[in-house]
Amino acid sequence: MNELATRLAARYGARGWHDQRADLATIVLDADRLRDALAYLRDQEGYRHLSFATAIDNIERGVFTLVYTLRSHDKGHSLIVHADIDRQKPVVDSIHLLWAQAWTYQREMKEWYGIDFPGSPRVDEEFVLEGWEGPPMMRRDFDSLAYSDATYAERPGRATSDPARHMKEQLYPEAAE
Amino acid sequence: MSDKKLKPAPLANEGLSPDERGLFCDAAPREYEPAKGVIEDFYNWARAESLWILGFGTGCGAIELRPLMTSRFDMYRYGIQARPTPRQSCVFVIGGYASVKTLKRIVRSYEQMMGPKFVVALGSCTINGGMYWDSYNTIKRIDQYIPVDVYITGCMPRPEALLAGFQELKKIIKAGKGEGQNIYARDFAWYKANQKQIIKNWDMPDYNW
Amino acid sequence: MKKEKLRVIPPAERANPDLESGKYLLMWQGPQHPGITGNMSLKLIVEGDSVVDCETHVGYLHRGFEKLMERRLWMQNFPLVCRIAVPEPDFNEYCYAAALEELAGIQIPDKAVWLRTLSLEMIRLASFLMWIGGQAGAFGHGTIIQWSVTMRDYVLDLFEELSGGRIYHMYIIPGGVRGDVPAGFFKHVLEIMDTVQKNLDDIELVMFHNVVFKMRAEGLGYIPADWVDHYGITGPNARAAGVARDLRKDLGYLAYPRLDFKTIVGQKSDAYERARLRLLEMYQCIDLIRQIVDQCPKDGPFREKLPNPLYWKIPAGETYVAAECTRGEYGFYVASDGSDKPRRVAVRGPSYTHAVAVMERLARGVNIADVAGLMVSLHTYPPEIER
Repeated sequence: MNELATRLAARYGARGWHDQRADLATIVLDADRLRDALAYLRDQEGYRHLSFATAIDNIERGVFTLVYTLRSHDKGHSLIVHADIDRQKPVVDSIHLLWAQAWTYQREMKEWYGIDFPGSPRVDEEFVLEGWEGPPMMRRDFDSLAYSDATYAERPGRATSDPARHMKEQLYPEAAE
Repeated sequence: MSDKKLKPAPLANEGLSPDERGLFCDAAPREYEPAKGVIEDFYNWARAESLWILGFGTGCGAIELRPLMTSRFDMYRYGIQARPTPRQSCVFVIGGYASVKTLKRIVRSYEQMMGPKFVVALGSCTINGGMYWDSYNTIKRIDQYIPVDVYITGCMPRPEALLAGFQELKKIIKAGKGEGQNIYARDFAWYKANQKQIIKNWDMPDYNW
Repeated sequence: MKKEKLRVIPPAERANPDLESGKYLLMWQGPQHPGITGNMSLKLIVEGDSVVDCETHVGYLHRGFEKLMERRLWMQNFPLVCRIAVPEPDFNEYCYAAALEELAGIQIPDKAVWLRTLSLEMIRLASFLMWIGGQAGAFGHGTIIQWSVTMRDYVLDLFEELSGGRIYHMYIIPGGVRGDVPAGFFKHVLEIMDTVQKNLDDIELVMFHNVVFKMRAEGLGYIPADWVDHYGITGPNARAAGVARDLRKDLGYLAYPRLDFKTIVGQKSDAYERARLRLLEMYQCIDLIRQIVDQCPKDGPFREKLPNPLYWKIPAGETYVAAECTRGEYGFYVASDGSDKPRRVAVRGPSYTHAVAVMERLARGVNIADVAGLMVSLHTYPPEIER
């Protein structure tokens, strides 16, 4: 597999090849060469199946990390491709022409993270939410509990017993501070 | 009864565009006027023995309605059957958690049902949020938005629990205490305010029927 | 006897019908509609009784699992993950548990491997039985669902005996499984497998030789083999098109390399072939369950000791674990930053492609009465799309 790493490094400046399992590796790319690299992987290297695409909010570094998982059924190998994009200006090339289902993932990322994919079909439509007015909710700085408490009425009398605290107090008193 | 004396103001239907307003009714719901004495008792007996539920799987609780509809648990022997449209049904089974997007459809379907109508809410998530208590997209209690007659606890409730819940509902109806739609008519403004607080893009008439 | 039915490949371009012309009608199928699986909706544009354009709308079941999981401890997420796909909770549990074990470097005992395999195969069978009732019902055949859902209930009884839960089992946990097999359980499994197999023979006779079912399902929703990679189609939908892809064989996870089974493939992926293939896979499930019962070690540990879950920190890293569920590739992507909570958990549900991109394309040109049957024949399940 390391020939693939060398080829990707030479062609697209890929770095950080890491073998997670015998049949799974991860690699990091630059976002502006992402689409070309994915097309190359699909057409030349046999990674023809796009398992899924998603993003991670790395708020500490100020970036969104895109995650594309490809699988080559001939080689029996999966490859996770990462690319960092700026959190302030999240725009990436759309891959909806490479895989016909990719626009769904891109719609999801647009709604959940606010990452834009210009040209992707229906990317500006709402995907799973309706009438949402808050910030993109999968960002790390969006607090789900605070939003829920502020928006939805609660039934009085619900005693919340955080299991972690309860167990600390009841079962492992020596571990509690 | 009260509706003759206190005629409510017509609904504004503000969510609709001006040319669509004329297409929808602007009358608010009214309370049910019971018949006299034994006639109403007879009506209630008949209502209780033929519960037609709306086949709308709003959440994961819907998966336990399948076993209930088929031969093992067989709810037909209690006079309960599923109907495809709100116009023909009188029981609305809320199958668990309701996301905001579904809540809009729940309200719409509920208002389209013919009275007298009853609501059975399944699962912990309709009662107090259940395990989605901190989710940004699911409501925590359904009775803020539509009136509920019977709750069935559990995550998820077993088919036996559902059958017990329907028996409970029958008792309530036979006793003439299925007040859900009257409460909805009486506190209509309160329910609407709650609904509109959650459903941000309100683009339907204020009362669908 | 009869000539080969024409299989139509729907056009790639979306139609742009002029709704003002009065020739077309816009109608919604779902979310409150009996001919829809789960809670989602299709926006159909019809001309006469054939569909010109279809748009799927999902999100009615969105609970924000992936956000909620970032707020909970690794172990607290277990009750959550199984609720992502209701008919098949065990695949969620397996993928999440296996991802955690891989990141934390835990080896599970051999008995747990076998019990996990048993649990996954049993839930496959249960989910298929639920599906076949829906498929027959969508074509107006109400008898099958009465049988198959009852059979599914018997399988759920086995789960109740094994784990205490009927729908949600939470049986597979990191480090192994939650409990040992109760006494006499394997005997019950074999008895129920005999009953189910007998019933499947009946279903085969009544459903697959039924002329109505045959006429309506043949040629409906034809998927050419070259769509498989382009659309990311997996599972029986791909295998019926003649693409031999089964993650149980390809990845060889759990005890599958030690079991004797062949990947079942079809010739042409239309609704009838897909249904027939799923029926064969049900027989395969029963066969595999019998093999598992035969080979499963009868004693030994079933669980590895775990660290205190309150202080359990998973080393930083990321992984993707996939499994072959009834609908195709079910996967969990788990990323950890070394803390006691996940950094990111992403779920790959097979319906994500089948119910949205593939469904939108296949629905074009279909008779409106067949849309429900088409949707069931792709075996879609909305909660795993929107999570």
